[in-house]
Amino acid sequence: MSSGLWREAFVQLREERLAMACAALLAVLALAAIAGPPLLDYRADEIDWAHMAVPPLEAAGHWLGTDRLGRDLLVRTLHGLRVSLAIALAATFVALVIGVAWGALAGYKRGRIDAWMMRFVDVLYSLPQVFFVIILTVVFGRSPLTILVAIGAFGWLTMARIVRGQALALRERDFVEAAVVGGASTARIVWRHIIPNLMGPVIVYATLTLPQVILVESFLSFLGIGIQEPLASLGNLIADGAAEMETAPWMLVVPASCLMLVVFCFNFLGDSLRDALDPRDR
Amino acid sequence: MNGGLTVRDVVVTYPRGEAGRTLLTAVDSVSFSLAPGEILGLVGESGCGKSSLGRAILGLVPLAGGAIQWQGRRIDTLSRHAFRAIRGELQLVFQDPNACLDPRMTIADSVGEPLRSLEPGLPPAARTARVSGILDEVGLPASLTVRYPHQLSGGQLQRAVIARALVVNPRLVVCDEPVSALDVSVQGQIVNLIGRIRRDRGLACLFISHNLAVVANLAERVLVMYCGRIVESGARQSLLGAPLHPYTRLLIDSVPDADPVRARRLLARHASPAAQPPVTAAAGCPFVSRCTLAVDRCRTLMPPLRDFGQGRHVACHRADEWRDGLPTSLPD
Amino acid sequence: MTAMLDVRGLTVDFTGQRPHRAVDGVDLALAPRERLAIVGESGSGKSQLLLACIGLLAANGRAAGSVRFDGNELLDGADAAARVRGSGIGFVFQDAGGSLTPHRRIGEQMVEVALARRGTSKRDAAGAALDMLERVRLPDPAGTLARYPHELSGGMRQRVAIALALVARPRLLFADEPTTALDVTVQAEVMALMAELCDGLGMALVLVTHDLGVVAALADRIAVMYAGRIVEEGTASALLSHPAHPYTAGLLASVPRLSGATGGELPTIAGQPPAPGMTFAGCRFEPRCPRSAEPCRVTDPPLEARAAVRVACHFPAGSERAR
Repeated sequence: MSSGLWREAFVQLREERLAMACAALLAVLALAAIAGPPLLDYRADEIDWAHMAVPPLEAAGHWLGTDRLGRDLLVRTLHGLRVSLAIALAATFVALVIGVAWGALAGYKRGRIDAWMMRFVDVLYSLPQVFFVIILTVVFGRSPLTILVAIGAFGWLTMARIVRGQALALRERDFVEAAVVGGASTARIVWRHIIPNLMGPVIVYATLTLPQVILVESFLSFLGIGIQEPLASLGNLIADGAAEMETAPWMLVVPASCLMLVVFCFNFLGDSLRDALDPRDR
Repeated sequence: MNGGLTVRDVVVTYPRGEAGRTLLTAVDSVSFSLAPGEILGLVGESGCGKSSLGRAILGLVPLAGGAIQWQGRRIDTLSRHAFRAIRGELQLVFQDPNACLDPRMTIADSVGEPLRSLEPGLPPAARTARVSGILDEVGLPASLTVRYPHQLSGGQLQRAVIARALVVNPRLVVCDEPVSALDVSVQGQIVNLIGRIRRDRGLACLFISHNLAVVANLAERVLVMYCGRIVESGARQSLLGAPLHPYTRLLIDSVPDADPVRARRLLARHASPAAQPPVTAAAGCPFVSRCTLAVDRCRTLMPPLRDFGQGRHVACHRADEWRDGLPTSLPD
Repeated sequence: MTAMLDVRGLTVDFTGQRPHRAVDGVDLALAPRERLAIVGESGSGKSQLLLACIGLLAANGRAAGSVRFDGNELLDGADAAARVRGSGIGFVFQDAGGSLTPHRRIGEQMVEVALARRGTSKRDAAGAALDMLERVRLPDPAGTLARYPHELSGGMRQRVAIALALVARPRLLFADEPTTALDVTVQAEVMALMAELCDGLGMALVLVTHDLGVVAALADRIAVMYAGRIVEEGTASALLSHPAHPYTAGLLASVPRLSGATGGELPTIAGQPPAPGMTFAGCRFEPRCPRSAEPCRVTDPPLEARAAVRVACHFPAGSERAR
């Protein structure tokens, strides 16, 4: 799908220094989350009896301090970031695949098929997401997979609506009519003409969905109905930190800042991507 | 007639107004036939229904009445799926080359796409050979084909569009205003190309345009359309030399002319109020609001298309009065 | 005679991903009430020439040189061009119907323009709007004021756009391909209308187009542009009857004619216009020129006066080598 248009968009994106800084920061954070923990002195669940609830930079090897149980906060935060990012990426990917396929087909076919497909979306839209997650976790347990399914089940709805709108407009374009004249099947038209031409808004929306998913998952975990111990996402860490806010504020500040940073970078990158991809007509 | 295209009393309507309750009749009972290898010109202004007619022939819009036959079989009743079987025989060249090529596909991919859809058994090497062959035929250098539409000029793009239409070796090509979006200096190249390809391949061609001069160069027979109806038809020489319908006369007089003297006369003739968009629901001849020769009968009775012999047909109540053709109304 | 519009050495450069020079040193003068047509293919720079004069170039465009309107320099970098728009110079774009705001009534849009430029009262502005709609010969001027753009046909929208450009009574009208998107019958009507308006309002006109056939009736003078330069310029009658430059001759020959409708091939200019940013050694038209010779490949011919026209060619018509 790489084309001269994408290349030009990314050239323009390169010019945006802040966007590039965000992208670089995200890359660094992701790398740290994946490859960082093995390089550090402590393991995530390793208890350092000698240094419990120690502020950052006070004890050797504990750069960001420790929590109430003496676990190194840096390592825990990186692990938390790993979990949060993994779930967010997976859920966004699922939302993208389902939402794009659903919306593109509905928008292209129009008529009754479109009506039924979008009614279904409307029904799901009206369900309260939090209750649904609670029910799912009660039934299936609090595994990351359940959380992923619960979030993904709602994430694709808005994507489908956006994609359907784009597809409705695209199907009127001459080159789609030309494909029909050229004997292309519906599948081919949707796959080769409709979807590639709406990837711009889709990618932008995906980079804006991702931080939303992180926040939702964090919120669920914060409430105690998300990720379960021994795995810990940023939300769990924030929940722990909130309880110790007055005595050990760094326990809250560190994971919360990490979360804020990631969310901000994704949002800003998404915004800049939209600018870069939008005015592509000469 | 077998082997060609027969259009009989075709009606195409579009819903208009609130909740689509009123119907706009874009094509109002049009009939003609196109023999294999023949080129027929269709002239008319925007909104006269000529594009709708072209799309109806290709099964892109449904008919509200009449029938279309291709090689003896009715094709207007085919489902979209069934129509695919004959897509390889009927093709369309669009007006705006910038709009009808997918901006995210290379020229080579766009030109080769009909082969992928209609001849899926073709091995990739053979497909590439066919694409190269057709690009050669339309005069597009191979270096341009890996580029994207926004990197090519209008003339080059239109050649690519023609190549895409021809790559499946159709028997009939509908050209819908193929040069109207191009610079005048490039129009000639494309018109010549279409003429040459049609002769070499023996294609049947319906050439649609709003410029009579462009159509007249290519087509031996010309149909003049106004408000969804054929108002005049005939062989090129006799139609241009002795037009029988006032609208044909207007079209001839409107062709831009680079002779300053004649052009200034043209200017004087056209200092008239803006034409109202014709009201299709009114009885009577649709041209009556712009016709300088209208009489009472024209306002109340729709003139039928009458046979004047030698292949000439005219839909005008008064055409008998000027059997030698309407003289130009340009002041001297 | 003081020129109303005096362009000297105008160049327009574009920066960014594809830096190129769109207009390369153009000199033009326009007398009051005179009608000039600038003719050229896509990419010749003719539209950029107009846009540069009134300060409407894209953000990455830079104009240099001098453009004087009634003696005032418009390229002073201090919004002189913006002040002159509307009441000094009116502008009609190619898809003028598209320049009408779709969600506002026509009357509103016209009154807004009339007000902003003339410091007139609302009643005066409404009157001016109605008057201009009558002048452009719309069938129902009062009713049109209350309509939205999409309720009108393409040709009628074009007339409204012309009325919008003129409602502040400019003394000079720029028209960039005003008839290109229209049918031939409507083209003829719009051309006639513009001639009538120029006479009636005492306006000068600069018309940009790619179609020589369209300007024959309207233009007093014609300038032919190729690849950013003027290659021939002179009175319409001289240029159209005896084109000196082979490009002009080619443009003239490529206008489709009814008289030539015999089924033979249409005359064309070989090749295609140069892409923006191409550099040339020698004459820019040389690769497509039927008369090209050695000097053409080496030296760029300057624009020189020759009989009734100015032409930039080593072998203009009438010289020894020209056929």
